[in-house]
Amino acid sequence: MRAGRSAADSRCLSGCRSGKMAAARVELESLEKTLGLRRRNKLGPSPSDSAVPVLQTNNGPGLVGLTTIASHLVKVAKKEALLGSTAEESAIVQQWLEYRITQIDRCNSQEDTRVVLKELNCYLEDKVYLAGNSLTLADIMVYNGLHHIVAGLTHEEREKFMNVSRWFNHIQHCPGVRQHSAAVIFMKNRLYPSVH
Amino acid sequence: MKLLVGPGRPGELKVLAAAELTGLRPEVEVVSSQQERVVPFLVGSPLPALLLPNGNFLFSSNAICQYFFTLNGRGPLDATNQWLEWEVTQLRPAVCAALQTAVVQGRKGEDCVAALRGPLSHLNQALIDQAASCLTSDAVTVADIVVWGTLYPLLQDAAQLPADEYGALREWVRRIGNLAACRKAASAVSERHGAQVFRPSLQKQPAPAPLPEGAASGPAEEGEAAVDRKVTEDEVRAAEEAWRRGLAGLPKPKRIQHPVLPKKAERNILVTSALPYVNNIPHLGNIIGCVLSADVFARFCRLRGWNMLYICGTDEYGTATETKALEEGLTPQQICDKYHAIHSHIYRWFSISFDYFGRTTTDHQTRIAQDIFTRLLERGFLSPDTVDQLRCERCERFLADRFVEGGCPFCSYPEARGDQCDLCGKLINAVELKDPKCKICKQTPVIKTSRHLFLDLPKLEDRLEKWLQKSIDSGDWTPNARFITRSWIRDGLKQRCITRDLKWGTPVPLEEFKDKVFYVWFDAPIGYISITADYTEHWEKWWKNPDEVELYNFMAKDNVPFHSVVFPCSLLGAEDNYTLVNSLIATEYLNYEDGKFSKSRGVGVFGDMAKETGIPADTWRFYLLFVRPEGQDSSFSWCDLMLKNNCELLNNLGNFINRAGMFVVKFFAGTVPEMDLTRVDKQLLALVMWELQQYNGNLEKISPLFQKLETEHIEDLRRRYGGQKAPARAPQATPGADAQELQELVTKQGNRVRELKSQKAEKPLIDAEVAALLDLKRRLAGSKTAGKK
Repeated sequence: MRAGRSAADSRCLSGCRSGKMAAARVELESLEKTLGLRRRNKLGPSPSDSAVPVLQTNNGPGLVGLTTIASHLVKVAKKEALLGSTAEESAIVQQWLEYRITQIDRCNSQEDTRVVLKELNCYLEDKVYLAGNSLTLADIMVYNGLHHIVAGLTHEEREKFMNVSRWFNHIQHCPGVRQHSAAVIFMKNRLYPSVH
Repeated sequence: MKLLVGPGRPGELKVLAAAELTGLRPEVEVVSSQQERVVPFLVGSPLPALLLPNGNFLFSSNAICQYFFTLNGRGPLDATNQWLEWEVTQLRPAVCAALQTAVVQGRKGEDCVAALRGPLSHLNQALIDQAASCLTSDAVTVADIVVWGTLYPLLQDAAQLPADEYGALREWVRRIGNLAACRKAASAVSERHGAQVFRPSLQKQPAPAPLPEGAASGPAEEGEAAVDRKVTEDEVRAAEEAWRRGLAGLPKPKRIQHPVLPKKAERNILVTSALPYVNNIPHLGNIIGCVLSADVFARFCRLRGWNMLYICGTDEYGTATETKALEEGLTPQQICDKYHAIHSHIYRWFSISFDYFGRTTTDHQTRIAQDIFTRLLERGFLSPDTVDQLRCERCERFLADRFVEGGCPFCSYPEARGDQCDLCGKLINAVELKDPKCKICKQTPVIKTSRHLFLDLPKLEDRLEKWLQKSIDSGDWTPNARFITRSWIRDGLKQRCITRDLKWGTPVPLEEFKDKVFYVWFDAPIGYISITADYTEHWEKWWKNPDEVELYNFMAKDNVPFHSVVFPCSLLGAEDNYTLVNSLIATEYLNYEDGKFSKSRGVGVFGDMAKETGIPADTWRFYLLFVRPEGQDSSFSWCDLMLKNNCELLNNLGNFINRAGMFVVKFFAGTVPEMDLTRVDKQLLALVMWELQQYNGNLEKISPLFQKLETEHIEDLRRRYGGQKAPARAPQATPGADAQELQELVTKQGNRVRELKSQKAEKPLIDAEVAALLDLKRRLAGSKTAGKK
């Protein structure tokens, strides 16, 4: 993990936050691969909060924030469709990116996780993608954020959150999306038909 | 589009300001705080929310603001994105926390500034570095509105900001606050919700995941509430009495004397499981569908002390056996002997408690089947007819149904077999198949005519209906069995051919048809009767005794029509007071992982493979029953088997018993001591009795035979019965010492584990010692709470 450039960094070295930074770095680097960007951009922790990633740019202090950097990379890769093709779609993409870093990343307990899964399951009932009719950055980032949660669910729970499972399985199989995470296996046959 | 707002929601201000600034005029609707589900898929009700023209919802105030700006031609930029992300992850939580503190500790607004030093400095510095009048440039952007909106409740005017520290910020707050759009928005909000709305004390914290209505109580409270199910004094007395009498008060376990026969004035239950075809090694799906399900019920009946006979056996006649015999160079009888033994062995390993497991190739079968046949003939329920049959010239045989494959005449499924289509389930005659092929040599068979006998189902329909109605009403049929039967009858009963041109089977006792045998679906169910005859000469007491005997048939759903229509019709037509099925229990299909069991492709667990896995039969039984496909097809999964074993059997049941046992060993020298029951103990006993009664009641009423216990119910029971320490009186003597002793043990064990690990000992050894350590730690924790009580 790269050491920060300012003295302030050495103060914020709790294992948890540096772990979060490492995870953010891995996620953004994966995203670069997904987007087909070959040039590796320089990522480091923010001086004010070591859990927040900063993208060093050639001029200026750098771009701060996971979803900000992610959106920026999409534009660099000239794949703006991933940010939504209409104003509505774009707003929805933004909303789910925010949901990812506020609701999903801040899940502290089983209770929180259940709420998130329940909300997403309800939302995804009649949708293939989170926004619009094609893959967007929202799907990718929410998938990333949910991965450890979904991987840890039992079969019974995956059936309970059927729509999340369906969407998750679809996204993880979209070309280029899954870079370093393990594929989560979903059963096609119902094990617990009486659930629901 | 419609903007939904509610009182005291901090996001409303920025959204209104953004709307004003961009010249948009959304319709505004005020939502009352009682209203749930503003946004249908979100728990709790985040406001403000924007209902978009296409029906979607925006529930993020930042996203709404950005949307307005985008519509106005000012789409998101890296710089504005960055501010919005900072606002929602850093500023907003800090502001909320500060406001909360202000409410809780009664601090004035000014003190909140101190609490927000970090974010405020960041803002101030950014404005200085930017050297522009707004956050990203000299023009007002969505970033300015969003950040200002969040800060406003705290710093309505910039006066609260000390000038020396936050000079740039003060300037900016004033500038943005003075924009016409912002002033208008602020007054709209205070007009709508009252002027006090911006005072910190009235700001509601927008919780990321708001508590659901009627905040959930902790597990302890829920457990107590559950225990409060009222028990009556009678129940308590009864429970106490039962406890006092102990084993002496229980009915003596019934000694089973073979042969089991019905007794007057007792409950007499005849249980059959569908006869497995001798040639096919059963797989897990076959086992749970038939013999295992029946076995559970059979054991239950025995425990309840009823007269119960559990009959099953191998179905041995038919061409498949003939063919296999040719393949293996044996006689059909030898094949049957060989495979019958395999079946028997497998079921014995699975602890299936048949009273008798027989076979259909007996003299009894011939006699009884021919007797029924003759009676049907005499009563005019059989009629001869010529039949077109498929004959494979190359194989020189008339092709039995299972040896012809072609297109189903109803649903066009290309792999329909000669008697029943696997896909739509409809019964067909092989000659009706489209483009049939001989399964063995792939040659197209030719049609040859042959004379056969037909069972006149239409003629028997009336009495079938009458009986069926009574049986379904008074008995316990599974819903799928009822449904399949009804649709079968609705499709119209037809003449069913009951003879075949084969050698290996029960011969037809008529001169003209002496080279023919009975068709398997006429013959096989009679196997139930003949196997009973093999078991006891008094078989008629079971099979010709409908008034005193309850007949339960267990099977998978594809066998239903034969057991609910064809067989009963044969018996009704024979007019010999035969016992007919009272309760028909049918399961759906069990699949294997993501596909189906397939012997030919080597997919799935068959026969004694289960034994080879080293997993004990009881575990298999448990898991198969757990995933028993009742209302719908279900699936066997290795992963799930492991999970269920480890969590349910090991961690729940196993651990529970183990802990109780160890407790008794450790503190009571291995004997459960005499106890004086307290009031609470007696109530618990009464509750346990009540549960047991419910349980028995549920099992007696079979359908659904196996009630799936919901996770919540189990949790509830676990809290109820696992929370109290057993026995009721813990030794008061020296709880502290016990904890101390355990603590020493834990330390010692911990050292041992560390030692092993540094020695790089064998993994299983380390694992075992680690498990022991964890167990000691658990006990230590348990004894500590006991001590505290």
